Amino acid sequence: MTQKQFKLPDVGEGLTEGEILQWMVAVGDTVAVNQPLCEVETAKAAVELPSPWAGTVVELLHEAGTMVDVGAPIITIDVGGAAGEAAAAVPAGSGAATADEPAAGLIGGAAPGGRTAVLVGYGPRTTEARRRPRRSGAAAAARATALPGADYGSGGTDRPPLPSDDGPPLLATAPDMRSKPVRHGGLEVGRQAEAAARREDAAPSRGSAPGRRGPRPLAKPPVRKYAKDLGVDLTALTGSGDGGVITRADVDAAVAERSNGSAAPAARPATTGEQRIPVKGVRKATAAAMVASAFTAPHVTEFLTVDVTRTMKLRNRLAARPELAGVKVSPLLFVARAVLLAAQRHPVVNSSWDEAAQEIVVHGQVNLGIAAATPRGLIVPNVKDAGRLSLAELAGALAELTETARAGRTAPEDMTGGTLTITNVGVFGVDTGTPILNPGESAILAFGAVREMPWVHKGKVRPRQVTQLALSFDHRIIDGELGSRFLADVGALLHDPGVALAF
Amino acid sequence: MTALPETTEMVDPVPGADAPHLPQRSELVQLLTPEGERVEHPDYALEISDEELRNLYRDLVLVRRWDVEATALQRQGELGIWASLLGQEAAQIGAGRAMAADDMAFPTYREHGVAWTRGVDPLHVISLFRGVDNGGWDPVATGFNLYTVVIGAQCLHATGYAMGLQRDGAENATLAFLGDGATSQGEVNEAMIWAASFSAPVVFFCQNNQYAISVPLERQSRVPLYQRAAGFGFPGVRVDGNDVLAVLAVTRQALQAAREGQGPTFIEAFTYRMGAHTTSDDPTRYRLASELEEWKLRDPIARLKAHLSRQDKADAAFFESVEREADQLAERIRGGTVDMPDPDPAAMFDTVYAEQTPWLAAQRDEFVAYRASFEEAGE
Repeated sequence: MTQKQFKLPDVGEGLTEGEILQWMVAVGDTVAVNQPLCEVETAKAAVELPSPWAGTVVELLHEAGTMVDVGAPIITIDVGGAAGEAAAAVPAGSGAATADEPAAGLIGGAAPGGRTAVLVGYGPRTTEARRRPRRSGAAAAARATALPGADYGSGGTDRPPLPSDDGPPLLATAPDMRSKPVRHGGLEVGRQAEAAARREDAAPSRGSAPGRRGPRPLAKPPVRKYAKDLGVDLTALTGSGDGGVITRADVDAAVAERSNGSAAPAARPATTGEQRIPVKGVRKATAAAMVASAFTAPHVTEFLTVDVTRTMKLRNRLAARPELAGVKVSPLLFVARAVLLAAQRHPVVNSSWDEAAQEIVVHGQVNLGIAAATPRGLIVPNVKDAGRLSLAELAGALAELTETARAGRTAPEDMTGGTLTITNVGVFGVDTGTPILNPGESAILAFGAVREMPWVHKGKVRPRQVTQLALSFDHRIIDGELGSRFLADVGALLHDPGVALAF
Repeated sequence: MTALPETTEMVDPVPGADAPHLPQRSELVQLLTPEGERVEHPDYALEISDEELRNLYRDLVLVRRWDVEATALQRQGELGIWASLLGQEAAQIGAGRAMAADDMAFPTYREHGVAWTRGVDPLHVISLFRGVDNGGWDPVATGFNLYTVVIGAQCLHATGYAMGLQRDGAENATLAFLGDGATSQGEVNEAMIWAASFSAPVVFFCQNNQYAISVPLERQSRVPLYQRAAGFGFPGVRVDGNDVLAVLAVTRQALQAAREGQGPTFIEAFTYRMGAHTTSDDPTRYRLASELEEWKLRDPIARLKAHLSRQDKADAAFFESVEREADQLAERIRGGTVDMPDPDPAAMFDTVYAEQTPWLAAQRDEFVAYRASFEEAGE
C-alpha cells in the first residue's frame, strides 16, 4: 500500500497560494488519472485540478474554503500495492525515502545539494537553503581554471562566507515577511531586507522619534477601512485581539458606545432653532437596517424607462371584470405581478446571502415586500408566497397590507421573512431612485410615477404613459447580467402584458 | 412636408468601412459542413481518398488527446505553462498536411498540431513547456522551426527564409503561422510588405481564434482579416478553420502558387480557441459561455467523424482503435514528461552559437570546475 500526497501546484506562473473552492472527491472514493479532484481559485483563475494518479482517496488535507500555499500537500491518495514510479526509483537500502517523499532526482524529491527538486510548477522552495561545503582547496582549483584576468566581481569564488551565526538565517523557512524579498531580488536583496528587519527589531523606540505621533495602532487593513467608514478613531481604542490587535468587534463596540452616549444629548431640548429628534422605534430600526444593508451588501442600481400604456389600458379593462370587483386595481398590482413572473424565470433574484454558512439561499417562495410609508416611518410588510396568488387575491393582499401598515397594526410576522421588495416611489410623484435593499434580501425594485410623455411609438412621437423602474441588487449574489435580464423582463411585461403568456 | 427623394445616398458613418476597392467576398471556403456533409467549392476542388480522410481524423484525435494530457500535466505541476490548441486542431492539421516534405514551417508557440504533422515528438514540444530545454527538435530535419514566443516575429523569419529560397532557386515554400492578435504587430506588417515586394514564396497562415488573449477581434480590425491582404497586394482567403478538408485544399493551393512564383497568400482560418489562452488565463472572465457552446457545435473532430460514419468510410473498430492509440499516446506523454531528466547545467553554453567560441568554452570549463568544487556536487 503506497500513499502519495498531491501538492498544490503553481497553476498560473508565479502564484504563491490558492483557495480550495470545492472538493469533487471524498475520502474513500476511487479516482482515475486526470479525474478532477477539486476546484481551486487563484489570483488569476478558477481551475480544476486533475488527479495525477489512480487510486483511493485517503485524506483531504484542507477543507473547502481554505487558502493553501503553493507546494503544500492537499490530498493523500493510496495508489495501491504497486509502488508508484517514485517509490520504484528509491535505491535498495535507502530506507529514508518514504513514498510521501519522492526519490532523489524526481520533482518534489531531494536533489543533489540537499534542496528539493522543484524544477517546475511548485513555486519557490521553502526548505532552508544552506551553503554546500566546499572541498578543501577547491576554491584555489576553481580559480586556477578561470580565465586570466576574468574577475567577475561579486560572482567570484573567493567571496567571504556569508554570515550565518549572527542573526537569523538568510533564507528563513518560516513564512516571515522578511524572507519574502528573497524570492524576487535574490540573495543580495534578501540580505538587505534581513539587515533592515534586524535594525527595526533592535530599535523598538523608533515610534517615539520626533515627528511621529506614537505607534500606529495595530489593526488589519479591512478593520482600518471599517473603522474609517464608521468614523471611529483607532488610536482611541484598545485592541482585544492577540498582541493588542484591534478587531472588528472592538470597532463595533466603539460604535455602540458612541450611539448610547449620543442618545442622552439627543434628548436635550433644542435651543437654537434646530430640532433634535430622539432616534428610537421605527426610525432607529430603519437606520440600523439601512446601515447594515448598505455596508454589507454591495449595491448596484440599474434603470429602465418603459412605455406602460398597454398595461394601463389593461388595468382599465380588468377593473371592469367581476373577479376584480371590490379590490383596488392599481398600477402597483401589475408591477407586483410582473416582478413575481420575472422572479419565476430568474429564481436567484429571490435569494439571501448567508454569511455564516457561506451559502446563497435561493428561496422556494417569494415573500413579496411592499415598502409602505406610515405615520411612524417606513415599514416593509410582505405578502407570503405571493407567487401562488391569483391577481384578485394579490390585489386583496396588497390592499390589506398597506391598510394595516398605515393603521400601525402590522403584525411582526408580516414584517419578517421578506425575500423581494417593491418600493412605490411613484405615488409621491417621483420618477425614480436608488433604493437600498431590505436587509437579508438581494433585490429591490423602485417603481416611479407613470407620466404622459412624448414617446416614439411605431415610428411616430406620440403621447404615451411612461414610467421608470430602478432595480437595486446585491452584487455579491446577482451579476449585472442576471440583474439586467430580470429588470428587462419586468419591463417587457409592463410594456406588453401579453408577454406573460410567453413566460 | 416633402418626402426625401429615393435617390438620397446614405453616408457610411465609418469612413472606408465600405471602401469599394476591398473585395467584399464574405463567404467562407468550406468543404465539410459542421453537420459532416461534404460540399463542393468552385475554386477549391479536393480529391481525397477514404484512407486519407481516416488519417486526418486520426491526426485530429491524437493531437487533441496530447493537448488535453498536457493541460492536465500543467495542472498537476509538471509543466510551467501550456498553450492549448483545443478547437484549432483542424486548422493546424489541415495546414500541416498541406505542406510538402521540403517546405518550412515557422510556428508560434501553439502549433502543436503542425509539429505533429512534421514528425516532431510531442515530448520534444513538452520539454519546452516543462522548462528543461529551449525546444529540442531539429528545425532543418523536420522542416519545422523552433517555437517563437515573440508575437509575430516568426513572420519576418519566414519571409526572410522564403527570400533565401528564392535566391537559391529552390522549389519549395514557407508557411508562416500567426494569430489574429499578431496582425496588429509591426513585424507582421513589415513581413507582408517585404513578401509582396519580392513575391516571396511564403504563405501567411493566420488562425483567427477570435481572441488576442482577452481582446476580441472586432477591437483590432474594422475589416475581416483576410481583406487586409488586398492592401499589401496579394490574395486573401477566408477558410473555415474547423474544416480540415477546406484548410487542406486552400493551403495546398496557396503553397503551390508560392512555389510557382505567384507570390504570397494570406489565409485566414476562421476558428475558435475553445480553451484558455494559456493555462495562466481564465477565459470565463472575458467571454460568455454561450459563445463557447455555439462553437462546440462546429467542432472540427465531430464533423469529420460524422462524415466518416455516415458515408461508411470508417467503422466502429476504426474509431475504437484511434481511441486506444490516443490513450497510449497520453500514457507515453505522461510517463515521458514525469521522467524527463533535469538538463545538464553546462549544456547552456553549447548552443549559444552554431560553433563554440573560445571565450564561451572557457566560461563553460570554469563553470564545470566551480560546480565540481562542492563536496556534495551531484555530477
